[in-house]
Amino acid sequence: MTDEHANLPTLAVWKFASCDGCQLTLLDCEDELLPLAGRVRIAHFLEASRQALAGPYDISLVEGSITTPEDAERIHRVRDLSRTLVTIGACATAGGVQALRNFADIDEFRSVVYAHPEYVSTLATSTPIAAHVDVDYELHGCPIDRRQLLEVITALLIGRRPNIPAHSVCFECKQRHTVCVVVAHGTPCLGPVTHAGCGALCPAHHRGCYGCFGPMESPNAGAQAGLLRATGMSEADVVRAYRTFNAGAPAFVELSQVTVGPPPGAGPREHQPGEARP
Amino acid sequence: MTHRSDRILDVRALARVEGEGAMHVRVRGDSVEDVRLDIYEPPRFFEAFLRGRRYTEPPDITARICGICPVAYQMSACAAIEDACGVPVDGPIADLRRLLYCGEWIESHTLHIYLLHAPDFLGYPSALELAKDRRGIVERGLALKKAGNEIMELIGGRAIHPINVRLGGFYRAPVKEDLAALGRTLRVALDQALDTVQWVAGFDFPDFHHDHELLALVAPGTYAIERGDVATTGGPTFPPRQFEDHVIEEQVPHSTALHARLAGRGRYLVGPAARYTLNRQWLSPLARQAADAAGLGDECRNPYRSILVRAVEVVYAVDEALRLIEEYEPPDRPALEVPPRAGVGFGATEAPRGALFHRYGVDADGLITSARIVPPTSQNQASIEDDLRRFVGARLDLDDKRLTAQCEQAIRNYDPCISCSTHFLDLTVDRE
Repeated sequence: MTDEHANLPTLAVWKFASCDGCQLTLLDCEDELLPLAGRVRIAHFLEASRQALAGPYDISLVEGSITTPEDAERIHRVRDLSRTLVTIGACATAGGVQALRNFADIDEFRSVVYAHPEYVSTLATSTPIAAHVDVDYELHGCPIDRRQLLEVITALLIGRRPNIPAHSVCFECKQRHTVCVVVAHGTPCLGPVTHAGCGALCPAHHRGCYGCFGPMESPNAGAQAGLLRATGMSEADVVRAYRTFNAGAPAFVELSQVTVGPPPGAGPREHQPGEARP
Repeated sequence: MTHRSDRILDVRALARVEGEGAMHVRVRGDSVEDVRLDIYEPPRFFEAFLRGRRYTEPPDITARICGICPVAYQMSACAAIEDACGVPVDGPIADLRRLLYCGEWIESHTLHIYLLHAPDFLGYPSALELAKDRRGIVERGLALKKAGNEIMELIGGRAIHPINVRLGGFYRAPVKEDLAALGRTLRVALDQALDTVQWVAGFDFPDFHHDHELLALVAPGTYAIERGDVATTGGPTFPPRQFEDHVIEEQVPHSTALHARLAGRGRYLVGPAARYTLNRQWLSPLARQAADAAGLGDECRNPYRSILVRAVEVVYAVDEALRLIEEYEPPDRPALEVPPRAGVGFGATEAPRGALFHRYGVDADGLITSARIVPPTSQNQASIEDDLRRFVGARLDLDDKRLTAQCEQAIRNYDPCISCSTHFLDLTVDRE
């Protein structure tokens, strides 16, 4: 390690319950990885290096959700070692697909998968990192978007706030001139309530958004419920649509419970749970 | 011999592997008493929560088992559910699936070769440290990996967890012009892949051989990737629907980990070495030539040389992707209709790390009633531990630090994918 490196800000990457896809996103920055390695000192990143330097770390990227008693303790140690802690991906920000256990009987789940469920140490829930420690910044997506990751790292390196829009996937569809799949084809789509960031990939491939970036800020629950029912989705279909990779996100939990109100123009209606008040 | 009589080697967190695991080796006197590859990756219960989902959902959901090989999960899931519904997919749609899968092989193998495994052979802790001395080499690896990701993005819509895969095929099929630019990238990648074989062939490979039975898919006429029957080096060939008759899971005394074993025959190995040994004749001429020049014989029985097989398979995957692009005619429709039908379906494909088996039960309403997923790394567990046992036994004169580092390298020979395999494994390990 050269002296020149010793003065660089340090970056650590941590993994909890997850698929590794979000930290792989860092290695998938093929054109930027080596230049980035000249700007930060990658001090702890087990997927990429067996050399782990002692903390504290200037920036910690945390992937994965908390699903075991051991991890519920470990995240506090990671927090203590980190000046800025950024959670990356649906698992770390919303509990991930493994949060489907939150709606089920964990003992029954255990017995389905394991011959000896009594040996398996696990919590009954999968919870996001922010449920356990303070988080400085959250990056959504299953997986996160490479461009957003680079934006966050470079912004933090120069001390400005990352520019990550909180609007919906619909904006991105409009930006890329994609024909609306709901309007044109009656395809169910979570785009109106889903956080932007992927670049509206699914509608551009003729399928509805399936919400892998989790909820946008302040989704219009009633309108979205009507939109989904109009495409022929049953109550069970709607619940399943919200219960995927961001099943534990409170806004998606609420959206899955919203029933359709009267059609527009039919007079005032009750405020729906999860809907912003006027 | 200068070693102490009792030694315990612990690697508390294995680096440069997918997922989180630990290794424990206990030595008493001259004998290796215990070797355990422990996985403390938390369980995520995919097989449990797939029940009650629509039969159309497993391709998207099981992709999330692994960020490095999501296509493998998508393809095995599609194959199994299409089998249950009685809708075989072939022709241009199957070719497009194979092209997507080639992208994953290129991306995953190149990641493993350059970023995870080569540093072991060259004495570096990471590829980033290697890049300080040999930047051009690492840049070549990253460019080759990027070519794989470009296939994933073009055909799958996204490199990690592709969004364009569905039962019966794809949501959108590319037009021929889309593939032209990809062809140009891949022609450059082909040279990079050939250079990679040459580079890797120059590594110093420890002299080590195993006698594990090998298991891989075979599809005579082509190097099996997205379909095939299951072949082994010591037994019969059988279709994926008979997988569970031949492969059983056993609990081993030293661990709660379930190890997959061949019924009546014991441990076996899946992955590049198994594929190469059972399918070498179906490599493209260029890939076979590269294998010959690299000194790979008819079979690969030295796990250290599996990095060489991966490099040859990257040549094959780039070559095969170029052929598929050359011959591509867009399908009439991007996907076949797959109406639900009550039944059980079986699917197996060759993930970068080896054969990946899925089984689903589907009811008449199209809801999943049961799911079983057998990932490659859990199948390899018993063989990895056996290799470590013999490997350590022959190297007891090394000091702990060197021996531990060499054990880590030995584990990385198998490119273990721990997030994938976690639901078979013990989770009671203390950790830092």
